Amino acid sequence: MSKRKTERLLGLVVCLLSTRRYLTADQVRHAVPGYPEQDDLFKRMFERDKEDLRDLGVPLETGLNHPFDDDPGYRIRQQAYELPELRLEADEAAVLGLAARVWQKAALEGAAAGALLKLRAAGMEAADESPGPQGIEPRLGTTEPAFAPLWEAVRDRRPVTFSYRAAGRSEPQRRELEPWGVMNRHGRWYVAGRDRARDATRVFRLSRIAGSVKFCGPPGSVTVPADADVHELVRDWDSAPARQHTALLRVRSGAGVSLRQHAVSVRPDETGPPGWDLVTTRFADVGSFADYAAWFGPDAVVLDPPDLREAVIARLKGVLA
Amino acid sequence: MSAITSTERLQRLLALVPYVVSRKVVGLAETAADFGVSERELVDDLNLLWCVELRAPDPYCPIDLSYEGGEIVVSQAESMGRPLRLAVDEASALLVALRMLAELPGLEDRSAMSRLIAKLEAAAGEAASVSAQVAVQVDLHGDGAEDLAAQVNAAISARRRVHLRYYVPGRDEATERDVDPMRLLVVEGRPYLEGWCLRAEGMRVFRLDRVLSLTVLDQAASPPPEATPVDVDQGLFRPSPGDVLVELELSADGRWVAEDYPCESVSDLPDGRVRVALRTPDTGWVRRLALQLGEDGRVISPPGLVAEIRDAASAALANYVVLSAATPRSPAETAPGRTAV
Repeated sequence: MSKRKTERLLGLVVCLLSTRRYLTADQVRHAVPGYPEQDDLFKRMFERDKEDLRDLGVPLETGLNHPFDDDPGYRIRQQAYELPELRLEADEAAVLGLAARVWQKAALEGAAAGALLKLRAAGMEAADESPGPQGIEPRLGTTEPAFAPLWEAVRDRRPVTFSYRAAGRSEPQRRELEPWGVMNRHGRWYVAGRDRARDATRVFRLSRIAGSVKFCGPPGSVTVPADADVHELVRDWDSAPARQHTALLRVRSGAGVSLRQHAVSVRPDETGPPGWDLVTTRFADVGSFADYAAWFGPDAVVLDPPDLREAVIARLKGVLA
Repeated sequence: MSAITSTERLQRLLALVPYVVSRKVVGLAETAADFGVSERELVDDLNLLWCVELRAPDPYCPIDLSYEGGEIVVSQAESMGRPLRLAVDEASALLVALRMLAELPGLEDRSAMSRLIAKLEAAAGEAASVSAQVAVQVDLHGDGAEDLAAQVNAAISARRRVHLRYYVPGRDEATERDVDPMRLLVVEGRPYLEGWCLRAEGMRVFRLDRVLSLTVLDQAASPPPEATPVDVDQGLFRPSPGDVLVELELSADGRWVAEDYPCESVSDLPDGRVRVALRTPDTGWVRRLALQLGEDGRVISPPGLVAEIRDAASAALANYVVLSAATPRSPAETAPGRTAV
């Protein structure tokens, strides 16, 4: 941190806030202490300073006072700069404190803290933020390193490229994506957007992104279609298909608790050996239900349908192979 | 305090002036606490603000303040009397979190929530629009899940003990226990009940989607003094020294295990295969996981568990030989019988 730079930036903000007219770079240089004498050094430093202020969200305007002016000028309109009047009731401030804690130790933690600081600066008392609504503690972790760059890309509408390991694929593949939104569903993070090579809408799971996410285009170069609904895209991608098939299993008495919980029917098995029940249940697809049935090991036996039965047997043989 | 950049300090300075202005007079200690800095750092900030000087057209100092006797007063703030508007990241962080909270059932402060969302959206203006591109959906699938979360909330506010029938998939067991509920945690969009478990005599975290049934008891909840909530920022599930170290090798089709379970290490092998190590107090679920993975996952160690898995697979296969002989009527012909509880 350089104290001189902080002083200069502060002077620049105050100077441009207190002018109604656009000030040229030269006028700024005379008004704000701390700029170098040499023209090229000044120019470079002034460019950097403007960029820093814009990164902070300071609405720096460029314009001409007269149509015939040669050099553009700069100013900060008070109305665009200021946080609008915002009065929070005590219960609203309490909820706000809770919301700010959601990102603790996660990607947007600093942003949440920055927002809180501005709201306190607007007069909100920190004491009102706690205690939050009793007994609720929400947290969002963003352990995926891809979250921060993807969020920036969505925010700034920039395309990205990354290598992605699709489920069941041995080698990661390079993808180029115009990201439309980031979403957490059932505890997992996804990004949805337009896959450039495939020219189609795609959803990617952040945990399957291998290595780093890189920007591959300037800010503002991505257009999010008006009818794009990221929620719906991720929901469709991730949702469970309808359970339209029926399975019959023998389940050992006292075992298979969750199998029984979701069963259509459970009845004692009078035809077979003692100690077993017959369980009828619905399922969506053979692969995932075979996984589920195998979980119960020697406590469940699939009787029907035959393809499901064979799928479980294949898994068990796979263990012994 | 860690080193901060010039722009981070500038942010603090821009907030400091309106902070004092909106309070008219405020103590040094209180201000330092709110800004998370030492009083010494705060005084440095105040001096820096006071020293700001503009030279044109005539030299003048736009900010005038004093902090005599530990009380800060800003007598002249020029155009810096209001805080800078919210940046896109800042507005999004709060709005995304609030919209997630608004999805939680049984929250008493729902009206405060919607009022606050409306106020923030209005104050953030354009910056709020991007926040719609990030969303968190709370996992409350399954029938009755919302009612359950609402019941948990009610029990917590009424400080009542609850009786749980709770499913432990790793042991395929429905356990019965009394719990003094303390908090409803929502971590990564998934709800949990945290409380003092009288059966285990310890703090436990229960996934709501594994609660088979919940009854609010007439007894008051009375967690012992040593019942302290877990620090959720350190992660809900932390390995303890007594845990067993399990090593697995997964094929490309079995990689999801590394994504869905907290692994201590994950290292790539040729052909998209991967080797993972994880620690667990109970290896029962690993045995079951190995059965469902089949040839897509192989437990390498400990040797006892490897033998256990082979035994379970052999016993299960033997069932298919013995028990499928007497095949009962097909499910289509059977009338729905007794429904499981």
